[in-house]
Amino acid sequence: MADVLDLQGIRKSYPSGAGEIDVLHGIDLRLQRGEFAALIGPSGSGKSTLLNLIGLLDRPSAGRLCIDGDETSTLPEAAITRLRGQRIGFVFQHHLLISAFTALENVMMPLLVDRGRPDAAMRARATELLAGVGLADRAEHPASKLSGGQQQRVAIARALAMRPALVLADEPTGNLDTHTADDIFALLREVNRREGTSFLIVTHDPRLAARCDRIIELVDGRIVSDRPNPAD
Amino acid sequence: MHPWLPFEWIAATRFLREGRTQSLLIIVGVGVGVAVIVFMSALLSGLQANLVKRTLSSQAHLVLLPPEEIARPQGSGGQALVQRQAQRLRSIDQWQALRGRLEKMPEIATVSPVAAGPAFAVRGDANKSITLIGIEPAQYVRVIELDQKIVGGQLRVNAGDVVIGTELARELGAGVGDKLRVNAGNGATDTLTITGLFDLGNKTANARNVYVGLRAAQSLLDLVGGVSHIDLGLHDMYAAEALAQRLHGETGLVADSWIKTNAQFFTALTSQRISSNVIRFFVGLSVAFGIASVLVVSVVQRAREIGILRAMGASRGQVLRTFLLQGGIVGLLGSLLGSALAALFLSLWRMLAVTPDGQPLFIIEVPGALVLIAAGGATLVGILAALMPARRAAALDPVVAIRG
Ligand SMILES: Nc1ncnc2c1ncn2[C@@H]1O[C@H](COP(=O)(O)OP(=O)(O)OP(=O)(O)O)[C@@H](O)[C@H]1O
Ligand SMILES: [Mg+2]
Repeated sequence: MADVLDLQGIRKSYPSGAGEIDVLHGIDLRLQRGEFAALIGPSGSGKSTLLNLIGLLDRPSAGRLCIDGDETSTLPEAAITRLRGQRIGFVFQHHLLISAFTALENVMMPLLVDRGRPDAAMRARATELLAGVGLADRAEHPASKLSGGQQQRVAIARALAMRPALVLADEPTGNLDTHTADDIFALLREVNRREGTSFLIVTHDPRLAARCDRIIELVDGRIVSDRPNPAD
Repeated sequence: MHPWLPFEWIAATRFLREGRTQSLLIIVGVGVGVAVIVFMSALLSGLQANLVKRTLSSQAHLVLLPPEEIARPQGSGGQALVQRQAQRLRSIDQWQALRGRLEKMPEIATVSPVAAGPAFAVRGDANKSITLIGIEPAQYVRVIELDQKIVGGQLRVNAGDVVIGTELARELGAGVGDKLRVNAGNGATDTLTITGLFDLGNKTANARNVYVGLRAAQSLLDLVGGVSHIDLGLHDMYAAEALAQRLHGETGLVADSWIKTNAQFFTALTSQRISSNVIRFFVGLSVAFGIASVLVVSVVQRAREIGILRAMGASRGQVLRTFLLQGGIVGLLGSLLGSALAALFLSLWRMLAVTPDGQPLFIIEVPGALVLIAAGGATLVGILAALMPARRAAALDPVVAIRG
């Protein structure tokens, strides 16, 4: 089976003043099914930029990017959007729920935009996912009325709605206190073990990175180290 | 979430409901605009219908007259009438045959031959100048609703009967059942019995018009077997002028349409219509700007949410439609509110605009069609106004929006 993720020579540069600035200088990276990897590095090293490329929110300036075996650089916009919706889940630092909807409806949202209309199966799946993140009793709460930790749990449930092959999390615990951060991290780990979903998690917290299977370190747009985590 | 609603509808209505204050304000704004348009349109069409009705209460859509013997100065329908009265009355040639042809024409509803001419009404010492009008009542009332205007007695013009206006009755001190002598100038005289009184809503007509049977008028006016003109009622009264020109070409008769005889009135109507269209356009424009500005703000406020929707796989098209729908919904709800407001204004207006004796000046309603047009128009304006903000929302770069 193809790797969940296969990057070859990924470059990203942004126009800046007269010339261009290179943010990523040729990234090669593979991620296998079920891997639980941390992406660490100093601020400004390009972690979020890389995650956005992998998440198909942005396009690389050069290089090959395969998701689940599909080469993406030649795909048109509409196909990219569909691929993103179906194969990739996002968890952001700022939970980014949609405040006009309830917790349950937020979890349903990826299914809703994919199929176009709500149905009972969608609702059942979202209910099950909410229960899985321990929020069964908050299903009908407006998203904006939940605590930060609860919102992040809803966001995780939402990221899993389409049974994506890969979940990308950009500092998912960056906004939470230590205790809540530990809970959220444990939840990601549990989903990974139970569903076999691959995770790529950006974090600044060495304690959390230490709990991943693999640690990838990015400095100045280059991978300077990529090692399995012996501690785990 | 209703199971049968597509994502775009659900998102559009939720977004509008969440931004409650903004949504309400703009819906009220649209409502006021629509109310102005609906009220104004209803008022104008009521006014117009009323004026047309008054004009046509004593006038046929089209009148056919014998050809002029002297060249008629241009555009002087009224003057020509005066000149004609000074001449000896002439009949329309072979009017019976013409009548048969006219009755077969699909655009003509009614053909009413009339023998009319100047005469005097004499009663005691009083001697009044009148227009003696000989009619076939069954035909005539379908052109001019004389039967609706009878205020005393009945519309009966058999031999020896005469129907006169309330004003003439007052001047002569005569009533239903009284005798009236009619003197047609050339010595022909007849004594008739007043069988009915009418009120055409026009003082001159009430004083001058005197109705008798067609035969009675023919013999009094020395027009035996002839008619002085033919009144026509049309299915489409606004087609009168075109038909008049055609009939003039085909028959050589003088054909006067009510449109030409009331040219000034029509010029006024047209300029009124133009100015109300200008007002409509600018109200529509300001409604569009209002909706657009609210949606532009909403797109900025929701940039992150739009970004996350895009990250979750929502297409540009779905985002675009979500915002177009918001514009459409605001337009539709605003127009319904506006129609309700207009109905309220109209009922107020009805209470205020009354004659001294408490009768409404004229009848105005908000027609159903106008409400539908306003709803459709406002919805369309809403969608068009939403176009720019919706395209912005669809074009948002999710990376930028989420980082925002
Ligand atoms: N749209 C852009 N235009 C220009 N430069 C950009 C753009 N996005 C990112 N950069 C630059 O790319 C570099 C990497 O940014 P990125 O956000 O990927 O860093 P990061 O590793 O996620 O940092 P942090 O840990 O602070 O989140 C930074 O120098 C940033 O200024
Ligand atoms: Mg970052």
